[in-house]
This record gives sequence, structure tokens and C-alpha cells, in this order.
Amino acid sequence: MDAEYRFNHKHILSIDDFSTDDLSFIIQTAESFKEISTRSIKKVPTLRGKTIINLFFEPSTRTRLSFEIAAKRMSADTFNISASTSSATKGETLIDTVRNLEAMRPDAIIIRHSSSGSPHMLTRYISSSVINAGDGTHQHPSQAILDMMTVKEKKGHLKGLKVAIIGDITHSRVAHSNIVGFTKMGADVHVSGPRTMVPIGIEDMGATLHRSVADAVSGADVVMGLRIQKERQQDSLIPSLREYAQVFGINSTLMRLAKPDALIMHPGPINRGVEMTAEVADSAQSVILEQVTNGVAVRMALLYLVLGGE
Amino acid sequence: MQPILLKNGRIIDPVNGIDMVGNLLLHLAKCAQINPSSLPEGTREIDLTGKWVVPGLIDIHVHLREPGEEYKETIESGAQAAAAGGFTAVACMPNTKPVLDSAQMIEAVLSKAQKAACRVYPVGAISSHGQGSTLANMGEMFAAGAVAFTDDGLPVSDSQLMRRAMEYAGNYGVPIISHSEEIGLSRHGSMNEGPMSTRMGIIGIPHAAEEIMVYRDLALAELTGQHVHLAHISTKESVSLIRRAKANGCPVSAETAPHYFSLTEKAVGKYDTYAKMNPPLRMDYDVEAIKEGLQDGTLDVIASDHAPHSDLEKELEFDRAANGIIGLETSLSLALQLVRSNCIDEKKLVELMSSNPAKALGLPGGSLTVGNMADVTVIDPLRQYTYQRDEVVSRSKNSPFLGWNLTGKAVLTIVGGKVTYEDL
Ligand SMILES: [Zn+2]
Repeated sequence: MDAEYRFNHKHILSIDDFSTDDLSFIIQTAESFKEISTRSIKKVPTLRGKTIINLFFEPSTRTRLSFEIAAKRMSADTFNISASTSSATKGETLIDTVRNLEAMRPDAIIIRHSSSGSPHMLTRYISSSVINAGDGTHQHPSQAILDMMTVKEKKGHLKGLKVAIIGDITHSRVAHSNIVGFTKMGADVHVSGPRTMVPIGIEDMGATLHRSVADAVSGADVVMGLRIQKERQQDSLIPSLREYAQVFGINSTLMRLAKPDALIMHPGPINRGVEMTAEVADSAQSVILEQVTNGVAVRMALLYLVLGGE
Repeated sequence: MQPILLKNGRIIDPVNGIDMVGNLLLHLAKCAQINPSSLPEGTREIDLTGKWVVPGLIDIHVHLREPGEEYKETIESGAQAAAAGGFTAVACMPNTKPVLDSAQMIEAVLSKAQKAACRVYPVGAISSHGQGSTLANMGEMFAAGAVAFTDDGLPVSDSQLMRRAMEYAGNYGVPIISHSEEIGLSRHGSMNEGPMSTRMGIIGIPHAAEEIMVYRDLALAELTGQHVHLAHISTKESVSLIRRAKANGCPVSAETAPHYFSLTEKAVGKYDTYAKMNPPLRMDYDVEAIKEGLQDGTLDVIASDHAPHSDLEKELEFDRAANGIIGLETSLSLALQLVRSNCIDEKKLVELMSSNPAKALGLPGGSLTVGNMADVTVIDPLRQYTYQRDEVVSRSKNSPFLGWNLTGKAVLTIVGGKVTYEDL
């Protein structure tokens, strides 16, 4: 990163918008904030007086809480709005909702929404910072950054690592943002899953696609499972959860193909026994809980960077 | 009605093999004479040096939204937009609210259209309420003035119903218009399926969703021997299928819309709902194939698929926004781009936008034959303008071409000898 570097983004919409310098800088900032969460008084005045709205149209206790804790540790005032997407049927559109919130002059709006691109759309209508906390099947940038931070912490670097992502690639915004992010940072991302859950053109995003999970995991430094939504069975994307667990589930036999010190990751919440056996999820190689810890640090960093706290 | 002499324009009329600079006299609502030696009293003389005088343009695929969604467009406002775009006639699709599926509905449209700025030819529904299960009363709608039948907006998913519709329409010698979409494949999709939709996290509509139904309807036209007209063709393989079917003598005509030869899926950009349409914008190779199809006659017609939506339907999350764009006012300018890039010549342009559309739906017009109705469009091929939101005549503004600098437009539109639009 050259000395002239400045973080220059008002919004956090998609990993595609960030350079490698940006990503390194966010991670570095997060690392410096991580210590705050270990103090007995876990609070700094950095964002005092800033107003942050958590606008969640999809239930997600974890991500919402992580953002909220991050904001509060920086002394920002936070407000949670769990809007049901059905408010659109009551005649209020997303834009109406957000314009109303905007009138209350927040500094940032953190949004989770089931429609891809909705955070992008909001930036055209409002002037506060927009932070994407997961949009449809598009991206979940803070999750990708916390994943990268976790791997970097454990492995010291990201360049040249083999990262295997297994499962429902099509519907996973986590997979999409991780493929873009890890690839940008010089890692090799390999994916596998049922072909019904691998979208056209995934190679175009930088991933190597494998027919067999074993090939994807073989020699990997990182093995990441993705959550399978139980409804996918009704969409005929998989015949049964049982078959999924047998063919695509991450178990200790499969993990023997990865590097001995391979990290095990999952964005949570895990369906134990489906995406991953309990044995794997709870093993010494699992960094699933550290992902959660780092999530707070990354979100603190993102809020700090877009809100220009001093 | 005042006689009009269109002077010194380049008169292009492919039907009569005319391409010459001359004077065209319109008198008593008819094309009266070319290069008349004397003029009736009170003739208005208009000098059109450098401009083209062509048979009135006909757009056979527009949605006028009346009845039911007059806040988006009405027969009156849509006809004004048509006149401003150089169209003297349009065919309007039946997916209004309620659907045009009875003689009364067809009559209601025709009665409203009497005062409109262009001729309006209603297309009736194939199925009752457009629900795709039983045939609508096509015979009585034909008697009331329906010029073709379609459930456009939705495909006719039941192949047997589509076959029966073709056979039944055959009694009246009118075509069935196919909105070719295999809904099982396109369901929930909002843009073209491919690497770009994957990256954007938008559910894609594969090319095959169109091609499967194009193939089905070509097969049914072959089976029944009845004329089917394929609407809004967007893919390379559809063009090949139609080309092959035509070579085998299948009774088919086909149209594409200006956006399918002017834009690719890239126009969706950062989730721009103005670029959301069905079928979706496709790939570079599709655009090339569409142009070839227009060039070699595989695609007979350029139609706008003018689909007005208010901001209420467009200022939404991408996957929830309505499909479709307005097109009446930009269709000609975008088609003229094909002429400037030597993809097609002037004669072909007139065929694609006037004589072929008339032929496809069996409408009057499409030529300047002496004695025919005086429906004439004057085009200034060099006129430059920026397509701006506050100048849009249509009641809705949903166009991905807003802000574009365009070259060439209609400057005079005449319907039955009466000027309906003038921008000389
Ligand atoms: Zn259609």
C-alpha cells in the first residue's frame, strides 16, 4: 500500500468496488479495533453523535447484532428497524421507507434486504452512507472481509492459499463476495456443490469449479461450508437433505484430503449434520467462532471508515 | 381537409418500387398524385428538401394500458406518442385490465380511438381473461374489429390451446401473435441469465426460455398451416430457428424491438430498472444475430413493444420492478442508426417499419399507392436531438434511452391527410 493511500468510499455495497489496498486497509483497521473488544470497558468515543440505522428486511439476529455492537462500541447511536418486506404490500415502497428515515438525518443506513441491488438503489435516493448487510443473492461484503481477516490472522497472508467453498453457491451472497474478495487478494478459490446450486459463469468471477467436492477440498488451506436452506428441496435443487449430507457434507473423512492445518469456516448458522458434521464444526481447526468475533471488529472498521470518525 | 403538397422530399415506397426526389400530393385524405402538374385550390405546400417521405410507419406491438391503467398511458396519450414517433397506426395488445377478450372491449377501444392521433388496431386475447385455459370469443372480436389474437404479456403455456387458437383464427384469416416464453424456465427471472446475472445476484432468464417456445410455435404453425407472428425476438438461436422455418415454407412472420439491436444486458448496469424487460436484454452475439435477421428478412418487422410503466412500478428493487420500456418515440431514431451503420438501407427500413408490419397483420397502409389513404411520415435523417424526460410525450417515462443523443426523427406525421405531428 503506498503512502498516499486514502480510503475513499462513502458506501459499502459490494466487494467489487474495493481495490486490494482498500481491502488490506479495512482489515488492518479492523485488527486495530479488535483490541477494544477485549477491554473491560468496551467503548471508545470515536463515533459519538453519529446516528446509525439498522434496517433489516430479513431476519438476521447475528448480523444485526454484530453491526449494533460494533456501532455501540464506537459510541454511535443505533436504531433497529425490522421492517417486514410485506410493508411494500401495504403501499409503502422501500424508497418511501428510506426517504422517511433519511428525513431523520441518520449518518449511515445498514441494510439487509432480500432483493439484490437494493443497497445500490438506495444510494440514488438518499445522502447518508449505505452499508450492505446482505442483499439477495448478490453480496455480503462485511462477511467476506471478516472471513479474509480471520484467514489472514491464522495464516499470516492470503496470497497463494487454496480456499474451498462448498455448497449452495447460487444462493449464497457469502460465496459471491468471498470469491471476489479472496481472488482479489491472491488466493485461489475452488468451489463445488450440487450443479443445481452452481450458477452459470461462476468461473467468470474467478473461481475454479469442481465436479467433486473431494477435488475442491484436496490440498485446501481453508474449507468453507455454506448454509443450505431447507426449502431448496422443494425447488428440486436437491433430492433430499440426507443425500446432500452424504455427497456434499463436510466430514472428517473429507477433511483428511485438505492440508492438515486447514481452517474450517462457516458463515452460520450451521445445520449440523447437513453442511458439516458436528465433529468438524467443533474441531480444533474450526474458526467459526473467531469469525463471529472478527465480525464486530470489521464492522467497527467499516463504520469508522465511511463515517470518517476522527 | 386542406390538400397538402409534400415538395422536394425523397419519396421512398418499396411496395411501388419508388425511390425518387419529387412532390407528393395528398388530397381528399388520399395519396393523390406524384409530381402533379396542377394543385387543388388552397393546397398547403411544404418544402422537404433533404427529408424522406415514406408511407406512414406502423407499430404492431404497443401497450396502451387503457382500460385499467390510465395512469400509465391512455389510448389518447399513447396515440400522441405514436404520432410524435412518426407512427400513423399502432396495434394495441389486449393485456389491459380487464383484458380485451370480448366484442364489447374491442368496440370500446375502437370508439376511444376515433379521436386519437393515429389509427389504433386492437388485438384480441386468445384466452378468456388472458388466463390461458379456454379460448376467448375470437369470432365476435374479429367481427368487432380485432386484427389478430395474442395473450401477450404471458405465453400460452398449453400447447393444445395454442394449436386450437391458430386453427380457430384460421377461419378469419388473422394471425396469432406468440409471446414466446417457457414460463417454467423464466419464472422469477429479471434479466438475461449468464455471468452478469450471477455476479449481480439476479435470477436469470435463459435464452432457452424463448427458443423452446419459438420452436413450439413454429412447429404448430407448420402443423396447422396457420400464420403465426412471433413477437419481440431477442436471441440468436430464435433467429436461426425462424430462418430455417421460413426456408421450409412455414407461414411465419417475426418482429424484434429496437432495444434488442441497440442494447445488451450491460445496460442493466447498476440495477437500472429502466433496462428491465421481458424478454431481457441479451448478449453481444444476440444483437449481431438480430441485425443479421433484419438484414436478410428473417425478421420482418421492427415493433417497439411500447410498455409504459409509471415510476411507481419502476422505482422498486430490481427483482420487483415491472418489465418493459416505452418505445414509440425512439423506435425510428434507433432504427435509423441501422441505416447509418449500413446494416440496412432506406428501403429496408421502410419495409421493416411500414409495409411489412401492415402485411404481418393484414392492415391497410404501408404504401403510397395513389388512391390509398394518405398516411405519410416525413423523416429528417439528420436531425439531432437529446431524448429528454420532460419532452417525452408518453404518459410514462420508462426508457433506458433517456439522455441519449439520437440522430434522425420523424418531423411530420400525417394520418388520412391530416397532420397529427409537426416538428419541421
Ligand atoms: Zn410480449
